[in-house]
Amino acid sequence: MPTKIEKDSVTGEMTTGHEWDGLKELNRPLPKWWIYILYATMAWAVVWCVLYPSVPGLTGYYHGTLGYSQRTTVDRDVAAVAKQRGTYMARIKTLPFADIRKDPQLLAVAETAGRITFANNCQPCHGAGGGGNPGYPALAAGNWIWGGKLEDIQQTLIYGIRSGLDNARQSQMPRFGADAMLKPAEIEQIADYVMVLYGKSNGDAAAGKKLFAENCVACHGANGEGIREVGGPRLASKAHLLGDDRATVIAQINNPRMGVMPNWNTRLDEATIKSVTLYVHALGGGE
Amino acid sequence: MAHISKLDRQRQLEQEEAGQHLFANRVRVYPKTVHGPVRRFKWAVLAFCLALYYLLPWLRWSRGVTQPSQAVLLDIFHERFYFFNLEFWPQDIYYLTGLLIMGAVALFLVTSLVGRVWCGYTCPQTVWTDLFMWIEAKIEGDRNERMKRDAAPMTLDTAWRKAAKHSAWLFIAFWTGGAWIMYYVDAPTVTVEFWTGTASTPVYFFTGLFTATTYLLAGWAREQVCTYMCPWPRFQSAMLDEQSLTVTYQAWRGEPRVRGKRTEGLGGDCVDCGACVTACPTGIDIRDGIQMECINCGLCIDACNHVMERVGRPAGLVTWDTLADQAAKAAGTHAGFKFLRPRTIIYLSALVIAAVVMVGALIMRPGIGLSVQHDRAPLFVRLADGNLRNGYTIKIINKAQSPVTFELTTSALPGAVLTEADEGLGPATHLGLPVRADSVGTFRVLITGLPASFIDGSAPIAFHLLDTSTGETSTYHSVFMGPNNGEHR
Repeated sequence: MPTKIEKDSVTGEMTTGHEWDGLKELNRPLPKWWIYILYATMAWAVVWCVLYPSVPGLTGYYHGTLGYSQRTTVDRDVAAVAKQRGTYMARIKTLPFADIRKDPQLLAVAETAGRITFANNCQPCHGAGGGGNPGYPALAAGNWIWGGKLEDIQQTLIYGIRSGLDNARQSQMPRFGADAMLKPAEIEQIADYVMVLYGKSNGDAAAGKKLFAENCVACHGANGEGIREVGGPRLASKAHLLGDDRATVIAQINNPRMGVMPNWNTRLDEATIKSVTLYVHALGGGE
Repeated sequence: MAHISKLDRQRQLEQEEAGQHLFANRVRVYPKTVHGPVRRFKWAVLAFCLALYYLLPWLRWSRGVTQPSQAVLLDIFHERFYFFNLEFWPQDIYYLTGLLIMGAVALFLVTSLVGRVWCGYTCPQTVWTDLFMWIEAKIEGDRNERMKRDAAPMTLDTAWRKAAKHSAWLFIAFWTGGAWIMYYVDAPTVTVEFWTGTASTPVYFFTGLFTATTYLLAGWAREQVCTYMCPWPRFQSAMLDEQSLTVTYQAWRGEPRVRGKRTEGLGGDCVDCGACVTACPTGIDIRDGIQMECINCGLCIDACNHVMERVGRPAGLVTWDTLADQAAKAAGTHAGFKFLRPRTIIYLSALVIAAVVMVGALIMRPGIGLSVQHDRAPLFVRLADGNLRNGYTIKIINKAQSPVTFELTTSALPGAVLTEADEGLGPATHLGLPVRADSVGTFRVLITGLPASFIDGSAPIAFHLLDTSTGETSTYHSVFMGPNNGEHR
């Protein structure tokens, strides 16, 4: 509160009359036009409140005479972007992969769309950048179970794996232990041989090799190289879907874990699936 | 100061009468035209600054057919800054930081040596205000005539003179706004485009904006920009000390002031004629001592010397001097100037260091730029054969005016194999990466290998880039990531 306007003894100037714990303020007046500008901004604020949404009510709000809304702005922007994207996506849908890859601009659009779609839909299982997780293949590494050509990836994306569709990738590993097809000792012998295939054991594991030849080669290949046509994973490898320790192998032979991948044809449109295909193919594992 | 000037006293009385007024009417300043060496020097600086500003964009500089031929051009659209034979890319923005640091330190140094000469002579606000005042004096007459004219009722003569003055101001303001835009687009091209109505909207907008600000700030706001808007007067006192040369009134000589005819031995040299006050473009009384409003232009020196000459007293009652020298003279001695003091030595050293670093960096600026960014996810993947693979995004800057193939190799990772999928390059131990002329090439390179050991999940790897056209090389040190358990062996 202004107390007493007085002359400051040092400068000879008047004070404003304000005092804070003995501190007083000299009155150095600002120019008048300064405060007029402040008034102008206040008047402008009133105009703004009339033109634009401003006053909240109990059931809604005052919309303003211009009818402006950020929601409609976003809708318009999204529609504009969708229209712009539409021409690209239409070309991605109709052109074969080879032609898309020949057009750097179109490929950039496809890989960007693929990257975003992958992050939203695929990343929870396959990891960021397709790095993989136990039980979920590392797409960037190229350790394909069903094939790593563009057409293979597209097929897997459209129909899924064990998704229940007729055209889905379908494979079934027998429950050798749970269904008593092999004795526990035999399973241990096969596991010993698998360890040799993994490169973690140097023994010959002859008994296991024989059992492997009798039970496993139909799907996993004569030398454990895997057979993509039937989705039999490659075993003669140092990169593994579930784990590279013996206990995991025994558990898998006993009562196999088999992953399911959804069919994406009902969730993503054709052009988007092709975009994801191109993106996944370019992660580093594409063939 | 012990005494209180008439102007101050008047201001005080007004305040006392007005009581509690936190906002004041502007007191219009009618500076009187002065003549003298200071004024002549100020005209020379003004002419130089304006000529530089208006003409620099028209200076041509040949850089070959594909490059703009303007000596100084800040091409925002193409993200290039051309300065004579130098070309800066956005990546070189730190040179701007260095330049700003040098500018700030140079300002500190100059201010601590000779006061606010920046404010008084070279600040654009001062230069254009001075120019506008000159026009005003030419059209409306000098101080007394203008004051009379403004106090009198409007006449036809006053009206056409005011109209002519504002037209002239607007013309110069428009020229100023137009010259501004020429620093951003090719000057001859934009001039033609401007007058044929084909220039872009930003060109018209910024020309209009700078026309408006020049007209308002130099024509109307004038000294109020310095007093109320500019932060520099507020902290200039931190750079000034008692050894700084500033425009000073020699109170020891001038006081007590005596009006009218001089009687030898009676009174000081100041005849209280007010010539220094009427000459001041910011409307202050230099005899009140150093003040925030004073821009150190020294026009009061010319004004006072003229009077001193007429009354037969020695010149320099108002002059450039230091506060220390003033105190010494008042005591009857002489202190002289001390330009070398800790403050100026520190400012000068900082300026020299900044300049050396800047010039050094500029000279050693590499012609090719290589930056390598490791993929964030996945950090690495294991391949069936046991090898690990890491992904990197590699950016190569090609400043040449022709396409260049850069050869990329790695070291510190024996047997590493490089692949660039998008270009269909590799796998190989070295890749030839093509980059278009005057652009940045981006490549995603996959490196497959197996380091002997990892420390905290990473092993060093170095990328080497060879410009096959010039033989220039560049190296970037990065890491190759893998598991930290040694399990891969």
